[in-house]
Amino acid sequence: MDFNLTEEQLQIRDEIRRVCREFPDRYWREVDRRRDYPEAFVRKLTELGWLGALIPAEYGGTGLGITEASMILEEINRSGGNATVCHAQMYTMGTLLRHGSEEQKKRYLSKIATGELRLQAFGVTEPNAGSETTRIQTTAARKGNKYVVHGQKIFISRVLQSDLMLLLARTTPYDELEDKSRGLSVFIVDLREAQGKMEVKPLDIMINHHTNALFFDGLEVPAENLIGQEGMGFRYIIDGWNAERILIAAEAIGDGRWFTERAAKYAGERVVFSRPIGANQGIQFPIAQAYARIEAADLVRYHAATKFDRKESCGAEANMAKFLASEAAWEAANACLTTHGGYGFATEYDVERKFRETRLLTVAPVSNNLVLAYLAQHVLGMPKSY
Amino acid sequence: MNIIICAKVIPASSVTIEINPATKCMVRKGVPHELDPAAACALEEGLRLTEKHGGAVTVITMGIGDATIGIRNALAMGAANAIHILDDALAGSDALGTAKALAAAIKKESFDLVICAAESSDSYSGIVPGQLAQLLGLSPLTFAKEIAVEAKKITIKRQTESGYDLVEAEMPALVTVASGINEPRYPQLKGIMAAKKKEIKQWTAADLGLGPDQVGASGAKEKVLAIGRPAARKAGKVITDEGDGGKQVADFLAELKVI
Repeated sequence: MDFNLTEEQLQIRDEIRRVCREFPDRYWREVDRRRDYPEAFVRKLTELGWLGALIPAEYGGTGLGITEASMILEEINRSGGNATVCHAQMYTMGTLLRHGSEEQKKRYLSKIATGELRLQAFGVTEPNAGSETTRIQTTAARKGNKYVVHGQKIFISRVLQSDLMLLLARTTPYDELEDKSRGLSVFIVDLREAQGKMEVKPLDIMINHHTNALFFDGLEVPAENLIGQEGMGFRYIIDGWNAERILIAAEAIGDGRWFTERAAKYAGERVVFSRPIGANQGIQFPIAQAYARIEAADLVRYHAATKFDRKESCGAEANMAKFLASEAAWEAANACLTTHGGYGFATEYDVERKFRETRLLTVAPVSNNLVLAYLAQHVLGMPKSY
Repeated sequence: MNIIICAKVIPASSVTIEINPATKCMVRKGVPHELDPAAACALEEGLRLTEKHGGAVTVITMGIGDATIGIRNALAMGAANAIHILDDALAGSDALGTAKALAAAIKKESFDLVICAAESSDSYSGIVPGQLAQLLGLSPLTFAKEIAVEAKKITIKRQTESGYDLVEAEMPALVTVASGINEPRYPQLKGIMAAKKKEIKQWTAADLGLGPDQVGASGAKEKVLAIGRPAARKAGKVITDEGDGGKQVADFLAELKVI
């Protein structure tokens, strides 16, 4: 058992840190205030090849493992940034890589690796089907050499910052299915050609997340854009969940480290009643406790990532890493806000922004309640609870 | 066009520098290291020249094992080859000892140009490049703010207080670059991955034909007698504006003979 990072991993970590330093707090604060997309940051990461980390070298990427990819995202959040703005460009292509045809991979992956094409939107969630994905109602009906899509999606992020979107749609009516996990299919939608048949309605939410409601009114998708077999789409997206959970865990750990570092620094500097507030156990213990929980979550994250990269089953570890890391980050966020008192609510301290951002990770891309339900049912053998 | 970059690898900027009171040397072992930002500027200049004129860049560093990460960084930026002069016998070398080791290593290579930072960002002695030029028998062109190469001729704009001098020399030559000559590139992720496959040649003092009378603590002619902290700065003057703040500032500046 070796808990040390390799020389190569240390170099990756140091380099991404250096890049992130070019985008300090004030950059992210201003992007958040204006509700802008951090275009300069994403462009820089793209140019330097960081977002092509998971794409195999044969398709123009770097072919790194989830371990290294998770380190990249962790460092973005640890620097004060928000990796959710670009993490999907890193991993959405996984569905295409694992299940797409050779022709599709050749056509898209090298351009995704260079950033010539952005694929960072995945249309799954619907107003009437959140966690219960098999209940989605958006349909894709085969008409000759194309599919015609009707329906509605919600909370679909970065559609306006993408060229391509993966879309999960129903190709067989739910009631006609014996196996309810079948009947859904994944398509590559070229958003540049979707105008007029797809309406994008940006949603104003608590954080600067560039998320949208989508309305499909006869959107035509070429049949050649179907990924894998028709009806197997749900299985295909499940295949990507472990990677996603590990990467989200790493982002949460990055947040947690940012919160504890900022809280400890402020606690040491802020003097009240003639001594630093950090001299009070009421202030320092919550920070220390959050720190310990982040470190523990980090071990599970690396355990999960290592198993993933060894191609071992890691559903339990990936889910636990996401759960533990997002909860630890949230605990750290609360400790940090409490430590800062009123200043924590002032935008110039960035705590309130990171506080809002990290809260999302306990809810998305999967609610922590469903992580617990998974562990209870599939790891501990208890009855299905939902 | 083959270019040698003398690139120092120094304790990372995040490290609080400690001095060993016994040796009066900087504590380097066991602390995170990075490619000196000043050396990164020299390397960037070398890379730009080879991208324009062809050829390859070789990075040479003398340093402890911890320096490897900085060498990998230089390779990730685009250097084709790397040489690490690594030997405990070199510990305690003074500037001249360092210059001798670098010169001996450079002589083993075929080159047209040597580029160094004007001074390193940790010890700031700034005398190694001059000594190196002397040992190699090269024309030293110092404090370059701009470098141009045409056939066998190199021209630099040498930074001065009032502007710059144009300085020319025949190659091979040695150039030191002034800070701010360029903005060093970030390595591409693919460059980082490719760097791990590139060989780093390691040479000892013996490989370079250098003995203890020339390098290391025993060969050092320069002795550090004492190291002290700079005197604490006096408290600044606080001017409270009660309607005459501007006048007070002007009076203060006049007192300093600034205006």
